[in-house]
Amino acid sequence: MAETVGDPQDAVAYINARLLDPATELDAIGGLLTEGEVIAAVGDDLFRSGTPEGAAVVDCGGHCLAPGLVDMRVELGNLATSGRAAAGGGITSMVSLPNSDPVADNEAVVEFVARRARKLGLVKLYTYGAVTRGLAGSELAELGMLADAGAVAFTDATHAIADARLMRMALSYGSTFGLLIVNHPEEPGLAEYGVMNDGETATRLGLAGIPRQAEVIMVERDVHLAELTGGRLHVPHVSTADALDAISRGKQRGVNVTCDTAPPYFALNETAIGDYRTFAKLSPPLRNEDDRQAVVAGLKNGTIDVIASDHVPRDEESKRLPFAEAAAGGVGLNTLLPISLELYHNGHLGLLDVFRLITQAPADLLNLPAGRLEVGRPADLLVFDPDRGWKVDAKTLLSQAKNSPFDRRPVQGTVLRTVVDGRNIYQLED
Amino acid sequence: MGVDDSYQTRFSPRHLLGIEGLSPDQITVFLNKSENYVEQNRRVDKATQLLHGRTIINLFYEDSTRTLTSFELAGKRLGGDLINMNVDTSSVKKGETLIDTAMTLNAMHPDILVVRHPHAGAAKLLSEKVNCAVINGGDGNHEHPTQALLDALTIRRRLGGLSGLTVAICGDILHSRVAKSNIHLLLTMGARVRVIAPKTLIPPAAERLGVEVFHCMEDGLKDCDIVMMLRLQRERMTRNFFPSIREYFRYFGLDYNKLSHAKPDALIMHPGPMNRGVEIDTEVADDVGRSVIREQVEMGVAVRMACLDLLTINLDSGERRA
Repeated sequence: MAETVGDPQDAVAYINARLLDPATELDAIGGLLTEGEVIAAVGDDLFRSGTPEGAAVVDCGGHCLAPGLVDMRVELGNLATSGRAAAGGGITSMVSLPNSDPVADNEAVVEFVARRARKLGLVKLYTYGAVTRGLAGSELAELGMLADAGAVAFTDATHAIADARLMRMALSYGSTFGLLIVNHPEEPGLAEYGVMNDGETATRLGLAGIPRQAEVIMVERDVHLAELTGGRLHVPHVSTADALDAISRGKQRGVNVTCDTAPPYFALNETAIGDYRTFAKLSPPLRNEDDRQAVVAGLKNGTIDVIASDHVPRDEESKRLPFAEAAAGGVGLNTLLPISLELYHNGHLGLLDVFRLITQAPADLLNLPAGRLEVGRPADLLVFDPDRGWKVDAKTLLSQAKNSPFDRRPVQGTVLRTVVDGRNIYQLED
Repeated sequence: MGVDDSYQTRFSPRHLLGIEGLSPDQITVFLNKSENYVEQNRRVDKATQLLHGRTIINLFYEDSTRTLTSFELAGKRLGGDLINMNVDTSSVKKGETLIDTAMTLNAMHPDILVVRHPHAGAAKLLSEKVNCAVINGGDGNHEHPTQALLDALTIRRRLGGLSGLTVAICGDILHSRVAKSNIHLLLTMGARVRVIAPKTLIPPAAERLGVEVFHCMEDGLKDCDIVMMLRLQRERMTRNFFPSIREYFRYFGLDYNKLSHAKPDALIMHPGPMNRGVEIDTEVADDVGRSVIREQVEMGVAVRMACLDLLTINLDSGERRA
């Protein structure tokens, strides 16, 4: 893999690839041709009679070629290092939460984020708009104008909208413009002071718990409000069986509700906290083994629509504290692919099904021009080896923050090359 | 437009509490009668003695300029004795209930009570407790029948009729008694009605009233004959029905750009008072070729004269029956 791709206007022929496209259920050896910034051709017998004259050739060596990952939930730390970490993780589009400083609750900030990201020329960055001004949960932000400025969906990040009437208004007003409202699934009153999942482990560790019921109470409320208003609801980082049940029942009634989960919630449980490991302090908290298995089941039965990294960078100072005082959140850009692939390696899901959850599904949900190997679409691609192993090491992660809940975990699935708009933005150096 | 008195007697109701439930014939009687008063009001000698000896009480529990003035002028031009009850300084301020006030007033033998009240159903409640005729001058978010009649009269005089027209009512439908009465009237008379507003300002199950619901002005105004704007109360913003005045105006304020989707000669109406730059652009509001907003005010007096006239005819027969 030593080729270097030059000018993005050139044609590039990716040959000898295992093509993976969930949208068309394509899983076959073949090739893909990009011209400039878009996919020009794709198919299992594309280069049978040779590659086009003048096209640069990338030999994928039989490895997988898939749409670049679409990560619909990322908190932005340093934009440049986040971009490099995402590229190294195979992500080609990501959506940043509005809890930046200043908050993305006005057109200027939304436009600024988009402009700064374009200038970096790395991973494509989209942004959420705030549902309420200053994420304060009392006054609606200008949702229509924010959407016109480029906000792809709306959320108050990890601030749950506590006031049911305000949530009703947000869903109802948002539906005027067909907007997607994403609400943190946690009843704030029940979560106050809590630092981990409520239960035996919390008791033994002497830590204040957040009952798992805090999640289903909020989710059930929101599903009913979506039903009342006809609005579009998305529940992020679902972590409990009961919340999944509420979402599943809502879907069966025809409510406009979707949800995602993040790798920690299907790959870890509360025992990861062990001896007060603050890297395993997340929001929502890691749950017990029954809930973890329910999340896996939700991924298998289709209740869960999307896997997002839920990347939350935190510096050392905010994690090297007593557990109760430490900040919540874990980095996830580099582990989204391998931890998701565990579902494939463990036999829970097929490779295409895993990929749908991290490419086509989030792209379609947010209406992004991404997530498919389709002629005419932007050439946002990922070449990877699903089997090649590595060990997560916080110290060598590409992101500036190192707070990975998967630190020291051996994983399978290695990104070999990441391409955005026909340009190489990451290539594994052997 | 010949008006036959016996027809009027049979068809005009005892009270005018709302438009819902009135027949096309009943509405036509009101409009025909109003038409006569339009002509009369334009004459120098506009006063008559039709209601000589009759007592009309305007009982207004909400601030009002044009409706109150309009009823007052209507009563006076018909020669009636008219009193405006100022609720602020009356016994209501001292804690008297609506029904007690009604009983007190009833003891003074008025002939017509015009009532405006912040709560839906207040006019209906009064009508059950008094012997006189009651005209609803607006009750909460329920109905404002004389406004719908004056709007219909304005349209009919401009376009010759109501049947077959497409009318878009835009703005705060949820809190609007004007919208409610207009919807009932226009549908009864064979017009097609669209309502256009953000989802938060559309009442639940609005489609069940028989209207088409739109959340986009450009779509909803397409091929409309009439664009009826409603007043948006700024205090709705603090209750999160919409995020800001500027966002509201951008998507739902009537400007020439949005108006260009309606028929080229579509008329613009507004029940007043207008918020310029909130629900309607100043230039559009003042467009003499398109805006009939001032004409609506003129029709208001005529319609209220017709209502007082028709309801006192019926009052006679009611008394005779008693």
